[in-house]
Amino acid sequence: MSFTLNINGRKHTVDVEPDTPLLWVLRDEIGLKGTKFGCGIAACGACTVHIDGEATRTCVLPVEAAVDTEITTIEGLAGNGELHRVQEAWIRNQVPQCGYCQSGMIMAVSALLEQNPRPTDAEIDEAITNVCRCGTYQRVRDSIHELSNA
Amino acid sequence: MASIGKITRRGLLATGALVGGGLVLGLTLSPNRLKIGSASVLEEDEVLLNTWVKISPDNRITVITPHSEMGQGANTALAMMLADEMDADWDLVKFVEAPALPEFANTGLGRGYVLGDTSIPAFAKPMVEFAFFNLAKSMDLQITGGSLSIRLTGEYGMRRAGASARAMLVQAAAERWDVDPSAINVSDSIVSHGNKSATFGELSSEAARLEPPLNPRQKERSEFKLIGTSQPRRDIPAKVDGTAVFGIDVELPDMVYAAIRHAPAFGGTVASIDEGSVAGMPGVIKVVNLDDAVAVVADKYWRAKTALEALDVTFDGGPDGNATSDSIFASYADALDKNDSSAHFESGDAAGVISGAADVVRSEYRVPFLAHACMEPMNCTAVVKDGKCEIWTGSQNPLAARTFAADAIGLSPDKVTVHNQFLGGGFGRRGRDDFVPQAARIANQLDRPVKLIWSREEDIQHDHYRPAVANRFEAVLGGDGLPSAWSNLYINVGQDEPEEAPDIPYGIANQSIRKVSMSQPIRLGPWRSVGHTQHSFFNESFVDELAHKAGMDPFAYRRALLQGQPRHRKVLETAAEKAGWGDPLPADRARGIALEQSFGSIVAQVAEVSLSEDGTVRVHRVTAAVDVGTAVNPDAVEAQIQSGIIYGLTAALYGNITIDGGRVEQSNFHDYEMVHMAEAPEIEVHIINSGEKTGGAGEPGTPPVAPAVANALFVLSGKRIRSLPVMLHDLRPATGSQQVS
Ligand code: FES
Ligand code: FES
Repeated sequence: MSFTLNINGRKHTVDVEPDTPLLWVLRDEIGLKGTKFGCGIAACGACTVHIDGEATRTCVLPVEAAVDTEITTIEGLAGNGELHRVQEAWIRNQVPQCGYCQSGMIMAVSALLEQNPRPTDAEIDEAITNVCRCGTYQRVRDSIHELSNA
Repeated sequence: MASIGKITRRGLLATGALVGGGLVLGLTLSPNRLKIGSASVLEEDEVLLNTWVKISPDNRITVITPHSEMGQGANTALAMMLADEMDADWDLVKFVEAPALPEFANTGLGRGYVLGDTSIPAFAKPMVEFAFFNLAKSMDLQITGGSLSIRLTGEYGMRRAGASARAMLVQAAAERWDVDPSAINVSDSIVSHGNKSATFGELSSEAARLEPPLNPRQKERSEFKLIGTSQPRRDIPAKVDGTAVFGIDVELPDMVYAAIRHAPAFGGTVASIDEGSVAGMPGVIKVVNLDDAVAVVADKYWRAKTALEALDVTFDGGPDGNATSDSIFASYADALDKNDSSAHFESGDAAGVISGAADVVRSEYRVPFLAHACMEPMNCTAVVKDGKCEIWTGSQNPLAARTFAADAIGLSPDKVTVHNQFLGGGFGRRGRDDFVPQAARIANQLDRPVKLIWSREEDIQHDHYRPAVANRFEAVLGGDGLPSAWSNLYINVGQDEPEEAPDIPYGIANQSIRKVSMSQPIRLGPWRSVGHTQHSFFNESFVDELAHKAGMDPFAYRRALLQGQPRHRKVLETAAEKAGWGDPLPADRARGIALEQSFGSIVAQVAEVSLSEDGTVRVHRVTAAVDVGTAVNPDAVEAQIQSGIIYGLTAALYGNITIDGGRVEQSNFHDYEMVHMAEAPEIEVHIINSGEKTGGAGEPGTPPVAPAVANALFVLSGKRIRSLPVMLHDLRPATGSQQVS
């Protein structure tokens, strides 16, 4: 079936089965490989993008549910050639290690800060449930606090 | 342990001019003294390790680093070591991870290491066998593991190459200006004498005509300018904007996808496949029987996966289809009873002291199997065409990956090229590249590239696991409360690596550390810090037991046992002091301490833990003191220790791979749980630059955290945790608990 998606401000039409998860549409149909596959059961957050501004795990989201939404992926987070402030903080604080979880982490954090510019530690714990096997959590938390106080 | 022979003149090969000018220097160590045990493992003309540096006429320096980037920042640190020795301008230094650079295409060995494209030296084949992992690591061909990048490639390769290059540039300037080389200054990639100066680039072509020096002078620690400063890792920018290409992201024209399911039981094989069950499903191209697994190939990954789920396939149960975790632990208990053991380390007469003692402290410990759960599921892209095979994957060991691929499809290794990509986590798993021969075999049945992706379920259930093991301790305390005898009988399941893991740093006169070697049915592999994970939990828990038995403070107890070990004592004291050891804590909190030496580094950790009435365990703070000798890039060392602690804490609290019916019961993050932000402690890392030999950073953070947490939980609950993970224990605050720390 054919679906038209609005991704990073551009329209893309894809022809896939309606239950295909958005993750695989982004990666293999559109070629946006920044969004990662980690678990396939919405348990790790590697596949997080923004859907209408909400951090959303796409490995279990059928493509048909994403029609008529605004999708932003890690590739679309930076605007006009300028990194998003979360991305800048990630470089400043040397957050990524292997980096594989970080697209999802950055998408989750940027959505959180949009909705709650000064999250408490408890609010961070509740909102950011992404898995990072490299254990970058402390630098993620420090960066969130730094951005909250900016 | 292996030692490195000195560099011979012959060992320095391949220096020369670049097309278009400039200097290229390839440094190779010829290790005629590399030995494992008593066997010499390398022939004299075989090659240990090499390092390339290129200086272009426009004054840019390119370093080729042979290690895989999996988040440890090794390549940045390696380039720093080279640049420091050269007195290069760091901003002009770039590094390239293998592959690339056509300049090297015809220099056989360089290409071999860098592009994975020379015939395998005789020593490299056995590298794939675990018994030789140590050897392979020591050779450091392209293996990233054992926390050895900095210790070997850096210390022996990069620094030496940098010093050689600098000496050649100085010599070139001395000849050009007709002055004494010793009167020449070098700073920020500029060579100068009086009012004359030239850039490295300007001198590079002249330098290229010189013979590289036999023994270039290397800097003293006090002369380091770059080493020891925190420099941003060069791999990070691509990891914040989605442009970093991991193995799973490789895209080739005309590529198709494969999904795989393994026989669930270890050693199991495919019994039957009904290909008709997926005939006509969208996009399906082929079903491939891989003997112990089946793969479905389709035009899209999701279609391959969907068809795989629909595929009618049966597997036999394998030779150990009845194995369970209980049966494996029971076999360990039997073996420990029988005590058919061999000595690991003996001093004094521990057995005599123990048999003559009225009061012997006895404990048994055990740890479960663990999966690595790298964030990036296993994957490999392969194409086989015209008798050649190309592989794209993220490997800790690209050279072995090439052998695996070649063997799988009957090609000679020189027909296989491995393009190594960023690794989405390694932790030892990506030194066991079983997905590579699988992809090669699938590609061999197609005429186009195929990307094989394992699901997370396959990853958790078909890993090469950290072994479950067990041990038994006996100890006797002397009149001063310190142990007069220490006996440790432990199970070794063929993963006795590294050799020193069961050792203790403590001054105990009578020690008997013995192993019972046996086999078990589960597939094993190296797991971040290998044997240190279990032995550190055993040893550091038991020494804590002895401290409590003696009625002494666990920190003071260890310290008293470290009289002859000033480095260890300093590390222990630093951790205790920075953690505020002995300072009052809220009633539901306590501290636990542990110390471990591994991979040439010494780490002590103090965990501050709470236990609530409902049994919830929370680790609030971990204070680590770390002696890595010299921290090349301190910020990256801190990150690695933080990382190692979270990895070890995940295992300590939750990690539990269990076996039933010869197969793994867990399958994904819902039943193989991870520490998240909410459970992550605040971590403080204190780096001690002792100036001793450089140690690793990637692994040594992992071992001490489990015993540190368990030791704190003893204080809180009165219950000694002798098996992991913690979550299996029903812990409650002890009434009137003794807040000894
Ligand atoms: S891949 Fe979607 S949450 Fe893990
Ligand atoms: S940076 Fe490696 S998993 Fe998060």
